[in-house]
Amino acid sequence: MSQEAQKEKSMILQKEMIEGLFNDLANAKETGKKVCYTFVPGNLSELIRTFDMLPVYPEINALQSAMRKKSAGYIKEAEKNAHSEDVCTYVKCDVGMMMKGNIGPTGQKIPEPDILLLSYTGCFTFLKWFETLKREYPNAKVIMVHTPYQENAVMTPEMTEYMVKQFKEEVIPQMEAVTGIKYDEAKLKRHLELSRQAEDLIAKIFDTTKNKPSPIDAYFAGVYYIGPINIGFRGTQKAVDYYKELYSEILERIRLGLGPITPEGEMKEEKYRLVVEGPPNWTSFREFWKIFYDMGAVIVASSYTKVGGVYDLGWRHDPERPLEALAEYCMNCYTNLNIPQRIDLLSKCITEYSADGYVTNSIKSCNSFSAGQLGMMREIEDRLEVPVGFIESDLVDPRYFSYSNIKNRLESYFQMLEQRKMIKEEEKV
Amino acid sequence: MKPLNEIIQECKQLSFDLNFTRAKNWKDEKKGRVIVGYMPIYFPREIIHAAGGLPVGIFGGGDRKQIIKGDAYYQSYICHIPRSIMELALDKHMDHFDGFIFPSICDVIRNLSGMFKQLNIGKFVKYMDFPQNFLPQIGGVFYQQEMQHVLKYIKEINGLDVTTEQLNHSIDLYNKNRQMIEFIYDIRQEFPWRLSIEDVYYIVRAGTVIPVEEHNAILEEVCSHIKQNIGIPQDKVKVVISGAFCEQPAMGLIKAIEEAGCYVVDDDYMLGSRMILGDIDAKTKNPLEAISNSYIFQSQYSSSIYDVHNPKEYRLAKIVKNRGADGVIFASASFCDPSLLDAPIFQNAFNKLGIRYIAFQYSENINQYKVIKEQVGAFSDSIKLWEDEPVVAIK
Repeated sequence: MSQEAQKEKSMILQKEMIEGLFNDLANAKETGKKVCYTFVPGNLSELIRTFDMLPVYPEINALQSAMRKKSAGYIKEAEKNAHSEDVCTYVKCDVGMMMKGNIGPTGQKIPEPDILLLSYTGCFTFLKWFETLKREYPNAKVIMVHTPYQENAVMTPEMTEYMVKQFKEEVIPQMEAVTGIKYDEAKLKRHLELSRQAEDLIAKIFDTTKNKPSPIDAYFAGVYYIGPINIGFRGTQKAVDYYKELYSEILERIRLGLGPITPEGEMKEEKYRLVVEGPPNWTSFREFWKIFYDMGAVIVASSYTKVGGVYDLGWRHDPERPLEALAEYCMNCYTNLNIPQRIDLLSKCITEYSADGYVTNSIKSCNSFSAGQLGMMREIEDRLEVPVGFIESDLVDPRYFSYSNIKNRLESYFQMLEQRKMIKEEEKV
Repeated sequence: MKPLNEIIQECKQLSFDLNFTRAKNWKDEKKGRVIVGYMPIYFPREIIHAAGGLPVGIFGGGDRKQIIKGDAYYQSYICHIPRSIMELALDKHMDHFDGFIFPSICDVIRNLSGMFKQLNIGKFVKYMDFPQNFLPQIGGVFYQQEMQHVLKYIKEINGLDVTTEQLNHSIDLYNKNRQMIEFIYDIRQEFPWRLSIEDVYYIVRAGTVIPVEEHNAILEEVCSHIKQNIGIPQDKVKVVISGAFCEQPAMGLIKAIEEAGCYVVDDDYMLGSRMILGDIDAKTKNPLEAISNSYIFQSQYSSSIYDVHNPKEYRLAKIVKNRGADGVIFASASFCDPSLLDAPIFQNAFNKLGIRYIAFQYSENINQYKVIKEQVGAFSDSIKLWEDEPVVAIK
């Protein structure tokens, strides 16, 4: 734990990108750039960039506040102001941060929004979140984008058409009005082409876990890998360059037969391969990760890394159908998939990445993920006869991360995996 | 005309019949009839009725169903209603239902629709994605398509094509239904002692599990009774209940609020039955468009509908004013995201507007009301003590 994390070139690139974004945000007033608050799932990065706006992702700020141990204070502040103990802690962390001066993770003040772009893809709480923010920022323009849920596991033409109409008649005209910039479809297409390139690379990167040992951890490290596309860099050359660099680093690890990098260096022995469902805990992220890598467990796929877009199944932004592509992207984010789709996707991951087990990290305050997880777990266990594990924590509220409880549960789970391995080997003999 | 007590007893029986016997009998009476269950909050029941179906409200098992299987599907920090609906389904209370509709209300109900699909419960499962875009040519069109999907599912079962006349007829019946329910609330606004909120609850809830024609007949009789000068006025303050629109409080809790010194002159317990304010056009060539427009332009505020153009706190404040209420009781189901996330918005606004309120949480199977009763009693006393002070400072 005391060791410094190893830094590869891709990590440095990402750090520079994030710092650059927060610097731009801090200087937004001087540069005259408009600021658009929006959310990761269903984020319309390419459109935001087409209008030269700067994105702010409140849930990213919340998770970064948690990693910097600031979320407890922010949550307390929100709860003093009638926010319930039982609701999304991202919301409370964000509201508390705002009440305390809206100082972002880099220590710079985050400017007020010109636009609150409310795409509540797969999460009703987003809707409530921006209702709250609208009352705090009465001058901001709220632009609502309703993404239809994939209730029948399909994106129908009428669903796409509904979204495209919203883009054409509501989103784009309002963005034009706020920014004073005319919609330039050719520019949007250029961004979408860069998105497609980045998405190809992301799919390849997460597919490298087919290797044994897996060269990456697709959950704990995976959340860093999806960072650039989830904080507004999707659709930029910088993101493409980052993913090219990351991919080449991973290919080199495969060539050398190396396992994933952990905060304490390289993982020496891959004992268990797991698929994880649910977001991580951010307040004790390192301790949480450590429980896994200390046991030789590597995560070969996770649902959380698909929250900002599912690319495993071949879908990509298509520059030739720009608005349709944005619509399909929104509908295709993980939490906008119905429960049978989620089960199928996770089952595919377990099978294709030769996972030994499936673990659910159930988040107390995130019903978008949590409601249904127990049923999913039962179905996956029945379908694949894979050992399942279950732990509970929270996003950014440290009160709901119980290290010893989680460790005990996981240790029992790993013992089960070990016994199962022994039985399988005996059966082979 | 039946005595009021008898009507109320019948409604009570119907409301809490977890086997939905009246619906089952109705279905058995004629071949080709279908039963479609719908979850809270709101669903345009008119279209099921027009398609030869019976829409049946599913509000969970309340405090009358022990949860065993349902708990295996939901973590402790998820509200109670999905586990009790699962329990009802897995214990075969709804085996005579043909389909299930899950209106968009929150992430839990949405994901519950997926669980029903996964477990193959019913002949169809439809997640009803109500539009959050309120332009008729965008959100309205999408909503009409959603309704068409429901009609398609029903047609696959009973083979019936729905005509404009049938839809208009159904709209007309439900218009009358809402008119009479509103009449009851209007009477209670002035004479809340004529019918307790417990009685109102039974009467309105019964309408979610029986044919609308039968419910309208009941309502007509109830309206006739309460036009009379019945009951004895008591020294109670008038309150509005807000936040209890999905998972329902146990009857004991609903009663406890009035027993503790409050007349409940408005509430959102059975919000779906009162969601549309006023009539829907029943003489139109495009009834689905009329239903869609009513949702877009005539909906009551709800924690599940994005409200930026018509803020909910001012709409609730207006109800308080119009009903002559002395305060608001925010009653939220435990872990109910939409209700709890609205709490700061309401409470901050009401602090500024000078509207008195209290807030508490419940779950449908709670059976200890002492603390809540004391809280409500203290609230009622505080209002009486300072009753001369202006309560509502809005225009």
